[in-house]
Amino acid sequence: MATAAAHQTYGTEDVDDTAAYERAFDAAVAADERIEPRDWMPDAYRATLVRQMAQHAHSEIIGMQPEANWITRAPSLRRKAILMAKVQDEAGHGLYLYSAAETLGTGREELLDKLHSGRQKYSSIFNYPTLTWADVGAIGWLVDGAAITNQVPLCRCSYGPYARAMVRICKEESFHQRQGYELLLALSRGTPEQHAMAQDAVDRWWWPSLMMFGPPDDESAHSAQSMTWKIKRHSNDELRQRFVDICVPQAESLGLTLPDPDLRWNEERGHHDFGPIDWAEFKEVLRGNGPCNEQRLTQRRRAHEEGAWVREAAAAYAAKHSGRTGETGAARA
Amino acid sequence: MTNTDWPLWEVFVRSRRGLSHTHAGSLHAPDAEFALRNARDLYTRRGEGVSIWVVPSSAITASSPDEKDPFFEPAADKPYRHPTFYEIPEGVKHL
Repeated sequence: MATAAAHQTYGTEDVDDTAAYERAFDAAVAADERIEPRDWMPDAYRATLVRQMAQHAHSEIIGMQPEANWITRAPSLRRKAILMAKVQDEAGHGLYLYSAAETLGTGREELLDKLHSGRQKYSSIFNYPTLTWADVGAIGWLVDGAAITNQVPLCRCSYGPYARAMVRICKEESFHQRQGYELLLALSRGTPEQHAMAQDAVDRWWWPSLMMFGPPDDESAHSAQSMTWKIKRHSNDELRQRFVDICVPQAESLGLTLPDPDLRWNEERGHHDFGPIDWAEFKEVLRGNGPCNEQRLTQRRRAHEEGAWVREAAAAYAAKHSGRTGETGAARA
Repeated sequence: MTNTDWPLWEVFVRSRRGLSHTHAGSLHAPDAEFALRNARDLYTRRGEGVSIWVVPSSAITASSPDEKDPFFEPAADKPYRHPTFYEIPEGVKHL
């Protein structure tokens, strides 16, 4: 039973109350109702959500780096404007998610501290470098595509603020994926060199994208409990399979191949079979030994430290003017 | 270093004229003016709004979820407040 641990943390006189709260919580989750910030919830549910939302928020923030790397070298003004809008969206997504995490009583400063000190993780995918312009396309198509596959079910997550943030994010991710696909298509139909560049990017991003769904179901530490709590709606392997099935025809339309000799349609299963994933690589990157782990965190810390004077100045300005009243009377419904 | 924890603001957006402002989310900002600007950048990047309110989160008083049953109970036993409570003969129109 999911709630056994929560019981033990309460004194005996509270057991009845706690048991009643737990029944109400379990019933709400079972009935597909949403849990809201001030509702009673098991400590482990709260901790799981904070961990997941923080990791998700950090991923959006760190995820700005690999793409921002190409803003100054975008090949046209159109592509540059698109890429800036996309990177700005990633910042926005991070902020929606931090806000959602804060509803559970964990402050923004604490979340940022934990990112900067490496105590909370972000998605491993962002520890790979963006070597060419085509990588911007591959990230949009594959990385954002995998993210969407993961995130659409989260719009029905049992925790209200998280689900609401995800609805907003999913709407915006669709643009991200389509601009990436269009970018790759332009390269794929371009000169032989451009086509080769697109293929090379897909070759490098395909496998890390499949790893984004997390370890196989039988090794996934948190899956079963998260499914019971309806934080998670589908297993890692199920979502990975869905993503592969979606990508195969899209790759054909692009005129690019996916770098997996074992990839073929399985009539019996009604799905594509695919080759084994190199989980040793996944674990290495997770452990901090990916190509860019050090660079990403260093850059993040530097940006935070170099922005300190701005935050201080704004706070000082606000303090100086706090005596004055602002414009009032606007808030009439 | 000074304390630079910016307060939390709740953001309400009117999506178009004729509709009420609806809660969109929250953000941190040092003052109301920054809160408005940040809210514009964060919650209306695609023309989602024509008007924004920002309210310090600390200024909101909320009903307690623990008391939700007793608090809303007065409404629960008054079905006669709903039009469907009344039986009207068939054929009577515009009622």
